Amino acid sequence: MSGHEATAGPMAVTDRVHWIGALDPKMRTFDVILKTPNGTTYNAYLVRGSDGVAVIDTVKAETADQFFARLEAVADYAEIKVIVLNHLEPDHSGALPELMRRAPQATLYISDAAQLMLKALLNNSDIAYTPVTTNDRVSLGDRTLRFLNTPYLHWPDTQCTYLEEEGVLFSGDVFGCHYCDEQLFNDSVGDFRFSFEYYYSHIMRPFKQYVLGALELIEPLQINLIAPTHGPILRDHPRHYIERYRELSTPHLHLEIDRDVKTMIIFYISSYGNTMHMAEAIRDGAAEVGGFRISLYDLEGGEVEPFVDLVEEADAILVGSPTINGDAVKPVWDLLSSFAQINVKGKVAGAFGSYGWSGEAVRMVEDRLRGLKMRVPAGGLRIKLIPSADELENCRDYGRDIGSFLMGRPRAREIDMSQLSAN
Amino acid sequence: MAKAILTFADIGVSVTVPAGTRIIEVSEKVGAGIVYGCRESDCGTCLTEVISGMENLSEPSPIERATLAEHKAGANMRLACQTLVLGDATIKPAI
Ligand SMILES: Cc1cc2nc3c(=O)[nH]c(=O)nc-3n(C[C@H](O)[C@H](O)[C@H](O)COP(=O)(O)O)c2cc1C
Ligand code: FES
Ligand SMILES: [Fe+2]
Ligand SMILES: [Fe+2]
Repeated sequence: MSGHEATAGPMAVTDRVHWIGALDPKMRTFDVILKTPNGTTYNAYLVRGSDGVAVIDTVKAETADQFFARLEAVADYAEIKVIVLNHLEPDHSGALPELMRRAPQATLYISDAAQLMLKALLNNSDIAYTPVTTNDRVSLGDRTLRFLNTPYLHWPDTQCTYLEEEGVLFSGDVFGCHYCDEQLFNDSVGDFRFSFEYYYSHIMRPFKQYVLGALELIEPLQINLIAPTHGPILRDHPRHYIERYRELSTPHLHLEIDRDVKTMIIFYISSYGNTMHMAEAIRDGAAEVGGFRISLYDLEGGEVEPFVDLVEEADAILVGSPTINGDAVKPVWDLLSSFAQINVKGKVAGAFGSYGWSGEAVRMVEDRLRGLKMRVPAGGLRIKLIPSADELENCRDYGRDIGSFLMGRPRAREIDMSQLSAN
Repeated sequence: MAKAILTFADIGVSVTVPAGTRIIEVSEKVGAGIVYGCRESDCGTCLTEVISGMENLSEPSPIERATLAEHKAGANMRLACQTLVLGDATIKPAI
């Protein structure tokens, strides 16, 4: 961090709100999963009311000096009445213990769910706090903070804070992005559209349902400005970003085609065609059940990203892999490791594949599907080497089984546990 | 061995199980909507509503009780990764 940035002053956001965050232009990888080619900012804010000052969020511990210097330029610690943490991840809670030491009279406001994490994050059980939820308010005299409970954006603890009289939404990581530009405001920084989209797709995308829930709370508000915890402050056309979040989070397939039609996708990969023939027979069996769409994809013929897009809106996903050297093959794991970018919880799933002598792949894939919280209603189907006519019939039957389950008509309603696969 | 019938109301499937079977051992094999995170009574992902037969389930351990309390679970809720089936019961995912 250069001396220039560390000493640069606070920035007025409105009459009553100052940016007191930190610039981190050298950051290159964030949270292990994100690339940050021009760094990031940790945005913290100070709100001044007639009856006290509130600090909204802090910064990463390594940049605390910038935060405290900017804070001291606009307020005395003794004036701080309220500290709000919208999100406890260390990039925003890093300077909290020191801030509470310097402003011991302040009350800390966090979400209900944050209580479960506070102790494990700060390793200090003595911290006093007040849990808040939607529509709880804190008065600063002529200015009022109102809380919005917006969980899982992107941790269980996340919330937003709305400054009523100014129409300012302190949104936490929501509407944020990793983009470092000391101009700070969206109408004066460089072109950050890529960073905004990239942040959404890597951080918010698995939680689309929760985004839609949060938008129900946010959209009715009068919003003059959005103040997120990373990247530009959105004062020019703030509604545009809200609309973009709605667009990105709304399922699209069901807008284009009949809402009630479900979708099954069968992925396979095959060296000699054995697993492929299984895939085709499973497709034929599932098609006999009818009432839903089926597509068949050879993983060798495509890229992971568009497949993940398809999976996101599919209802059932079957994955076929041969066993090679005691494992499923890499394209299958590449696909499955990318499911963490989306929400697959509760989708119907299954595994199948041909093998030569030990056949580990199917069980390993099945465990992975269950580990991802998908529902695997029938034990995976393994066939030794080339599927015979009888074995292809077993494949069709497996397809009928999964298809019936998908349609809400499981074929067996009464089962003895001994009939269930040992796995 | 004593048997019990465990019914998954969300998918309409009943499974006859040996008494003492853990719910997690069955629900994953029939594709019931109950899903699991930690599998050891820490996260609350497997929160399950007991529609009937609460008296036929094992007593919650202190650690299960603590996790149920953290999730503000009602008196009709259990964790499927912990609960043993001792007699007939009907359940469905709570979340
Ligand atoms: C983007 C992101 C997503 C996370 N998702 C989960 C999660 O799904 N479940 C969980 O238990 N913890 C989750 N965490 C919390 C991390 O596991 C936790 O912060 C951990 O202490 C990080 O360890 P590290 O310092 O070794 O990276 C997530 C953290 C980040 C940054
Ligand atoms: S799976 Fe985590 S509590 Fe049961
Ligand atoms: Fe975060
Ligand atoms: Fe963050």
